[in-house]
Amino acid sequence: MSKPITKITSNKPVFFDNDPQEELITLNIGPTHPATHGVFQNVVQIDGERIVSGVSTIGYIHRAFEKIAEHRPFYQITPLTDRLNYCSSPINNMGWHMTVEKLLNIEIPKRVQYMRVIVMELARIADHIICNGILGVDTGAFSGFLYVMQEREFIYEIFEEICGARLTTNIGRIGGFERDFNEVAFRKIEEFTKRFPPVLKEFEELFVRNRIFIERTSGVAAVTPEEALSYSWSGPILRATGVDYDVRAVAPYCSYEEFDFEVPVGTNGDVYDRFLVRNEEMWQSLRIIEQALEKIKKEPAGVFHADVPEFYLPPKEQVYTNMEALIYHFKIVMGEWETPQSEVYHAVEGANGELGFYLIHDGGRSPYRLHFRRPSFVNYQMFAPMSSGMLISDAIINMSSLNVIAGELDA
Amino acid sequence: MDKLDNQLILSSLQEKFGQSVKPLGEPHGLLTVEVDKEAIIEVLSFVKDDETLRFNFLTDITAVHYPKQEREFCVVYHVHNMLQNVRLRLKVFLQGPEPSVASATSVWNGANWMERETYDFFGVVFEGHPDLRRILNMDELEVFPMRKEYPLEDPNRVDKKDFYFGR
Repeated sequence: MSKPITKITSNKPVFFDNDPQEELITLNIGPTHPATHGVFQNVVQIDGERIVSGVSTIGYIHRAFEKIAEHRPFYQITPLTDRLNYCSSPINNMGWHMTVEKLLNIEIPKRVQYMRVIVMELARIADHIICNGILGVDTGAFSGFLYVMQEREFIYEIFEEICGARLTTNIGRIGGFERDFNEVAFRKIEEFTKRFPPVLKEFEELFVRNRIFIERTSGVAAVTPEEALSYSWSGPILRATGVDYDVRAVAPYCSYEEFDFEVPVGTNGDVYDRFLVRNEEMWQSLRIIEQALEKIKKEPAGVFHADVPEFYLPPKEQVYTNMEALIYHFKIVMGEWETPQSEVYHAVEGANGELGFYLIHDGGRSPYRLHFRRPSFVNYQMFAPMSSGMLISDAIINMSSLNVIAGELDA
Repeated sequence: MDKLDNQLILSSLQEKFGQSVKPLGEPHGLLTVEVDKEAIIEVLSFVKDDETLRFNFLTDITAVHYPKQEREFCVVYHVHNMLQNVRLRLKVFLQGPEPSVASATSVWNGANWMERETYDFFGVVFEGHPDLRRILNMDELEVFPMRKEYPLEDPNRVDKKDFYFGR
């Protein structure tokens, strides 16, 4: 164990001395409070029902992914990315694969890119379903959540058909997918594009013009674009303030530039706008999936990975019978591949915002340094400052609409 | 509006700051510059507010540990010009074992937690930070776990000794 290094600052959470007569009550929201939807804590000082000041304490499920990643070959890091934002793991997986492919300069066939787009957009829908459904629950409307939850279940069935797993998917490999989408998967994706619109429409009808919902959410936690940009917000909550920054549109990856979709923006940056932006994004994701299905039909069938034998694991049956495949398999598993020394920053539009991977590679078996730019972590830091002066009930739905996922918060 | 290219960024930075800014290359098209420790806040404010550069979005702050180098810590800033989709990477190299650099919280509020995370894992002290505490690790921790000398697993574990596996 390395020697302790001198302590530099005190590590005690402090409240500013704003309560000389001890009139305020200190309240713990979390770490296992139902309203936090995850393991993180907010210690707030309250005056009646109003929050005076607050401190966020996070790190309850910190799993040292960045440290572990320095000791793992590239393909073993994919399961770590699953556990960042576990509501939309495929986006994390694809983002990581694309980062490595950028490092290794691998060209991905168009069909594989469209398959990735489908998977990522399904994951985005699944994530937004949770966020908006739970936002309804937190404002007291339970039924909308149940309607859409069924569709999330169906998305998980599609993932299961594609890769065998449901939540922590580990979809794909560096260079493509581990297998082609089968007939059932394509049929289910097509079925999803048919069955989801009426459900989403019904969900919207329950909320969008609902007087109670509007009163609860409109004007709550309104954020100006300047504030949002200063706090490095990204994703739907930034777009709700009116800034049309979407990584898919600004810096297209995975052939997003070929798709026809719109970037919805809000005007007030309040909880209601965030709800509307997420809903509209689900419609846009559906459009993208439909276009991708059309595009796939025009590409040569059966292509599901790039032709890079030195980086892409050979099929198992060949490993047992074919000498060359065995050698490649061994080299890849042992990390004995030739890789360039370089550094890469690659960003994808995660469900919560810009999900970035900063990879420094020294040519070794595993990354020299890997940093995840996690949107939840960056977005959530504004929560405590913006909560002061807010009612507790408003702070709860504000937290819900930020869609903080504990796994992504803590990495 | 002219398209912002790396050459233009570099020349305007060097015109303003001279030798304080040195180019380190363009890996995968992303201009990387080294900035002197003393100048970093000025440079960050300049790239944020300058009319042509307009890197108004702070994407990320993190650090890297190079134990074999003389200046063993490197703090990395990623900034982004959203309008033209141009990114810029700024690096500050610092001496160990108690590295320190000025805090960017005066330029972007969002730097707050990013710097706390960097402090938590690397022990880089950001001077002028309003609330520099550990963020993800427990408060009682006395080491900075992302430094390279810190082992991945606790070497005092007894259940993973080689003799249990006949090695």
